[in-house]
Amino acid sequence: MKILVCISHVPDTTSKINFIDNGTKFDTNGVQFIIGPYDDYALARAIELKEANAGTTVTVLNVGLAETEPTIRKALAIGADDAIRVNAEPTDSLFVATQIAEHAKGYDLVLMGRESIDYNSGVVHAMVGEMLGIPSVSPVMKLDLEGTTVKMQREIEGGKESVEASLPLVAGCQEPIAEWKIPNMRGIMSARTKPLKVVEPKTTEASVKTQKFELPAPKGAVKMISADNVAELVTRLKTEAKVL
Amino acid sequence: MNTTQTTTALKGGEFLIRETQAHDIFIPEEWSEEQKMIAQTCLDFIKQEINPRLDEIDSMKHPELMPSLLEKAGQLGLLGTSVPEILGGFGMSFNTTMLVAEVLGGAHSFAVAYGAHTGIGTLPILYYGTEEQKKKYVPKLATGEWKACYCLTEPDSGSDANSGKTKAKLSVDGKHYLITGQKMWITNGGFADVMIVFAKIDNDKNLTAFIVEKSYGGITMNEEEKKMGIKGSSTRQIFFNDCKVPVENMLSERENGFKIAVNVLNIGRIKLGSGAVGGAKFAISKAINYSKERKQFGTSIANFGAIKHKIAQTIAHAFASESAHYRAGQNIDDAYDTYIASGMEPGKARLKSLEEYAIECAILKVHGSEVLDFAVDEGVQIYGGMGFSAEGPMDRAYRDARINRIFEGTNEINRMLTIDMLMKRAMKGTLDLMTPAMAVQKDLMSIPDFGASDDDAVFAKEKKVIANLKKAGLMVSGAAVQKFMMKLSEEQEVLMNLADMLIEVYVAESTLLRVEKLIGIRGEKACEIQKEIAMIYLHHAVETATNAGKQAIYAFAEGDEQRLMLMGLKRFTKIDPYNLKESRRKVANYAIEKGEYPF
Ligand SMILES: Cc1cc2nc3c(=O)[nH]c(=O)nc-3n(C[C@H](O)[C@H](O)[C@H](O)COP(=O)(O)OP(=O)(O)OC[C@H]3O[C@@H](n4cnc5c(N)ncnc54)[C@H](O)[C@@H]3O)c2cc1C
Repeated sequence: MKILVCISHVPDTTSKINFIDNGTKFDTNGVQFIIGPYDDYALARAIELKEANAGTTVTVLNVGLAETEPTIRKALAIGADDAIRVNAEPTDSLFVATQIAEHAKGYDLVLMGRESIDYNSGVVHAMVGEMLGIPSVSPVMKLDLEGTTVKMQREIEGGKESVEASLPLVAGCQEPIAEWKIPNMRGIMSARTKPLKVVEPKTTEASVKTQKFELPAPKGAVKMISADNVAELVTRLKTEAKVL
Repeated sequence: MNTTQTTTALKGGEFLIRETQAHDIFIPEEWSEEQKMIAQTCLDFIKQEINPRLDEIDSMKHPELMPSLLEKAGQLGLLGTSVPEILGGFGMSFNTTMLVAEVLGGAHSFAVAYGAHTGIGTLPILYYGTEEQKKKYVPKLATGEWKACYCLTEPDSGSDANSGKTKAKLSVDGKHYLITGQKMWITNGGFADVMIVFAKIDNDKNLTAFIVEKSYGGITMNEEEKKMGIKGSSTRQIFFNDCKVPVENMLSERENGFKIAVNVLNIGRIKLGSGAVGGAKFAISKAINYSKERKQFGTSIANFGAIKHKIAQTIAHAFASESAHYRAGQNIDDAYDTYIASGMEPGKARLKSLEEYAIECAILKVHGSEVLDFAVDEGVQIYGGMGFSAEGPMDRAYRDARINRIFEGTNEINRMLTIDMLMKRAMKGTLDLMTPAMAVQKDLMSIPDFGASDDDAVFAKEKKVIANLKKAGLMVSGAAVQKFMMKLSEEQEVLMNLADMLIEVYVAESTLLRVEKLIGIRGEKACEIQKEIAMIYLHHAVETATNAGKQAIYAFAEGDEQRLMLMGLKRFTKIDPYNLKESRRKVANYAIEKGEYPF
């Protein structure tokens, strides 16, 4: 079986977020990048499937410029067999999905995170499924193979939904599909010799253009009012917060 | 960069008498992508496996927990970093293994179990074992299938390690040694499968080392020791009672045990130092975070100058110690490569390269462990009452740090060793201290050089300060040697002073060189904070060394000689005033903005 795992290269969850160029560009200065946490779950599940099914290969794909290669090599260190980097800035979801679809043909299973944690559009898996004409399921929190049937659990409002589909298939993954894998020493040392193919993008214009990013207004000071002083609370809600 | 520059590595201890070029040292900013990934794996391991269980580990309620964590580390390959690939490890460079030790230094009790297993437990076999011994034990130790401990200390033999009373006697059939005696303070003792045991055969003067398997029988132990810190690390008294050890399990030769013990501790020392630096960074990060959250007088305590001072000073010390550790680590790696190129067997080359830098290893054990104690002490202070609470994170950090100044040779023993080794090398002629010491004497009688340095290269003035500080060290130690001759070893107070001068010279110089090299790579503007750190540390070093020098001079010189030496000391420890308050504020603000130890 051939599994393709699409990974995004995103700022670490503790990064300080700033924008430059009049709020049109994310400031990457001093930011540490990681494999998108949801993609990391997808990758971990792919490696588990590979370990359980002899002959399975895992390829990782990233749409990004050269600076994403350390993130790709981390995925190789975690256990992927080879990698493809589509040499382009991942401008918008449609663009990324188009690039992925170009390379995803012939894979039995295309896994990725339910969303990337930078721009969080959460639609790439659906677009890829559509472009390839195969089913796409998200957010998948459990995924098991039975022959060519894939049994999955989706998270839905207040519960779980069990679904089934046959290969080939696209899935957007989330926890607890698998436990994140820490790359071991052997994996790290073999990562540099695993193939990392760089391909040029299929030219597609970005369909969406970012106008501006704005940071939320900084939180103001909190005023504590003791529980037995309801009158003051009401006055302040009326005169200061003006919500009553 | 000029590609014709050649690396002229310093010999061990030579830093005192020779200048090093910035391009000749390794700096942590040069870690490769792979090394960073290795460090990240260690960090992820701590976050995933250790941090959620710190209380459980320290409770010692589940004796199988620590060995199972070692096994998990083994699955990640972390127990085999120093082990060559043919023996099931990864044969990483010494500096990489130090980096691993640094990050795992934040793992509290686990760090000690890890250090004992991979260091003093595994390395004696790796470096002194026969091919059969290596094949039998090392691969299993590298994966964690077997765990190891190191049994040197006894109730009456601590710092005086060669005075142990444990005996080994050949059995009548000549096939076994029967070991009898009592060992104490044995880390990993509670679960180790393999023990490196030091004993004296018959009436030998010196120790012999043996590889003992727990299953050989005749081994009993006391309950776990109740300790101030690292409560989750197993520490046992172990009794050997006619424990039957096959003769082929003798390690190296008869009476070679003390040498093994000393050489293995050498390696342990510098790694203990880097682990301590790692622990210090974690503690500093926690303190910075808390200082931002904690509000008093209507503002974060991070906004108070007194707190900023602590944050900046602890950062400067950790940064400085780190600079010195990896500078030495690279020297060790380079020496190893040279020995290998000359056809030496790898195990021997490792040992020789570490022996060469044994002075630096002792210096770094002392410095790293003292930086850690400084950082956790200020950490408790920044946390205030919460620092003293047994429920806050600083309590554990504070208690766990303290052991580092005691084991692997107490800091007193290591300070004395530093000077002792230096003197021995001078006497053997491998290190020419005489010529520069004489030159300093002459310098002392000549007219001081008042000319201000007009060289505007990076740190031109500061390098002169370091060069002078070396002269101060040479002047005081030279005079002490002349005064006491062979009796210098009896003047321990003076030895401590000399060691302090030496330590500060090495660490301050390493810090300057690191920042100078970094400026060469990134430009001056990008290194403003690092530059301030170098200045903060340099001033600290000069103050400490001046004080130590004074104490020594007061102790052995009088009258005119004393006056002359004090004048010399003053001249050689001259440093331009610098607004360190402003400097610390810059460093602290930068770190507070980042919310953690910022490099
Ligand atoms: C938690 C823990 C784990 C340990 N793990 C191990 C282990 O795995 N294997 C092992 O073999 N050992 C281990 N040790 C033992 C450790 O190495 C010794 O405790 C250490 O070497 C000091 O010896 P001591 O305790 O006998 O102190 P002492 O030697 O009695 O020292 C007491 C004080 O006297 C000073 N002193 C001693 N001699 C001199 C001198 N000549 N000049 C000046 N000052 C001197 C010391 O610096 C110290 O301040 C461990 C100890 C502890 C506490």
